[in-house]
Amino acid sequence: MPAERLLPDAESADLVALAREIARDELAPVAAEYEEAERFPREQFRLLGKSGLLGLPYSEHWGGGDVPYETYLQALEEIASAWMSVGVGLSVHTMSCFSLAHYGTDEQRDEWLPAMLGGELLGAYALSETHAGSDAAALSTRARRDGEDYVVNGTKAWITAGGQADFYTTMVRTSDDGAKGISCLLVDASTPGLEAAAPERKMGLTGSTTAQMIFSDARVPTTRLIGGEGAGLKIALDSLASGRLGIAACSVGLAQAALDEAVEYSKARQQFGKPIIENQGLEFLLADMAAAVETSRAMYLDAARRRDRGMPFQRQASVAKLVATDSAMKVTTDAVQVLGGAGYTRDFPVERYMREAKVPQIFEGTNQIQRMVIARHLKEA
Amino acid sequence: MTNIVVLVKQVPDTYSERKLNESDHTLDRESADAVIDEINERAVEEALKIKEAGEGEVTVLCVGPDRATDAIRKALSMGADKAVHVSDEALQGSDMVATAKVIAGALGKVDGYDLVIAGNEASDGRGGAIPAMLAEILGVPQLTHARELSLEGTTLKVDRETEDGVTHLEANLPAVVSVTEKINEPRYPSFKGIMAAKKKPVETLTVADLGVDAGELGLSGAAATVLEAAPKPPRAAGERVEDDGDGGTKVVEYLAGQKLI
Repeated sequence: MPAERLLPDAESADLVALAREIARDELAPVAAEYEEAERFPREQFRLLGKSGLLGLPYSEHWGGGDVPYETYLQALEEIASAWMSVGVGLSVHTMSCFSLAHYGTDEQRDEWLPAMLGGELLGAYALSETHAGSDAAALSTRARRDGEDYVVNGTKAWITAGGQADFYTTMVRTSDDGAKGISCLLVDASTPGLEAAAPERKMGLTGSTTAQMIFSDARVPTTRLIGGEGAGLKIALDSLASGRLGIAACSVGLAQAALDEAVEYSKARQQFGKPIIENQGLEFLLADMAAAVETSRAMYLDAARRRDRGMPFQRQASVAKLVATDSAMKVTTDAVQVLGGAGYTRDFPVERYMREAKVPQIFEGTNQIQRMVIARHLKEA
Repeated sequence: MTNIVVLVKQVPDTYSERKLNESDHTLDRESADAVIDEINERAVEEALKIKEAGEGEVTVLCVGPDRATDAIRKALSMGADKAVHVSDEALQGSDMVATAKVIAGALGKVDGYDLVIAGNEASDGRGGAIPAMLAEILGVPQLTHARELSLEGTTLKVDRETEDGVTHLEANLPAVVSVTEKINEPRYPSFKGIMAAKKKPVETLTVADLGVDAGELGLSGAAATVLEAAPKPPRAAGERVEDDGDGGTKVVEYLAGQKLI
């Protein structure tokens, strides 16, 4: 059953309806097959691009949709509820455009942003390294200035759409000055010396390629430096604050899909001569699942509405990410319980949902990092 | 320039449970999500293709309650240029003849039409007679059940497909065409289309604007009366065939018993 949403205007409602229609007709029917085959849904991203969904929260001036985060995230949630890999890819693409959109010069934005938002290109975000995950400031991929270029060497890790994307928003070290020595480069995928390693063999989100990106004397023009040398960590953390709202929305979509599946199954499945949904034990379980989904949606929307009004939203974004991803883990696990033995088989989607729900608790800031962020705000208040 | 009018109907979503009102057996519009009928999206697509291939203007014409504006906006966001919406409580329960007259009346308000494109049958009422009735009232050729359509100048060619086979039809404009599911795959609106739709003109008319006799409209004006309606019985359990080496034969026997083969 579609979520009952409060949207700010008729255009937002139409946009979310479009996302739902594409999700239902184009994504849901092939999701299981692609996930099983570990096949990256490039064509589906092209369709999203053609429909104008790859640049929603950015300025119309550069080809974006200028829609509020409140609307963008609900469209994203609809996509993720049909296919989590595509939802996460869309969220990461949107985050990968953040640096240029918010920190680039007008000249840089005029040159690259229209293509990034226009739907033809897909973006990736390269911050983590094998030894710099939660401690992002420890990153060691080095960019050395050489004439009009930076020469980049090192390996970025856990890159969503790694090897598939057309550009990589990449955090590199331009000096040894700790957190102040990090800079942001917008790297074209065709840069000589940039290669993807073999994709990671993951527990879930198998349609979404995750790979290390290896820089070997890759020359990136200095014109592709975003926000000045040393601004990289601030840009990265700023991007993540918005990005984790995307992950919260995706997780709500995933949990909603699991809930819908569980409700449908428990109405149809008969035991002891009646549908199993008639048992109070299951009623309460399903009610708790619904409460978790709706609480999580309310949380990310509260953060989004603050963001849309130009208010601080970082603490709320961390709460939303924490609550939504933990809820998705619980709801998808309970959905497997509702479907019983059937739920444990690959003939039903809920075991996949359960596998897919794990990684949102880990990426874009582990939930332990979210708690640190929340606690820091409490201490500083 | 070809002026194309596309007939659009808002129907209960086929994905949701559809019900009739117990009191008067009309559609219970509150019980289901309301969407543009899918066949109408194909009609809009065909109109847009003609427009894009040459010159033309696409007007959406909808008869339906106020909330049918959602269906109109969908057609506009796909790329139609403007819309006419006939909305009047007096229309509630109107039969097909009355509806065709209202549509014909509304067409008189469109600044000259060359081609009317409709779906061959709405997914709710499934009458499938409106396009033919409309052509009759207008006194123009009807080319129904089109699976393919081409327009050269003012000559319209249609491949009409029914259970009896395919008929090749040709007519001069103005004409009424109805399309089947095979006509095309409709485009999705784009986000830009959604934003553009809100600036496109929608003219709202009532029955009084059309010169149609109000006495012929609504439930009281309908030529036929629904006396009784009952929901479809729930689907019965299927028949299970155990394969003890003779599964194929049993399946064939079952199909023959159902007169399917």
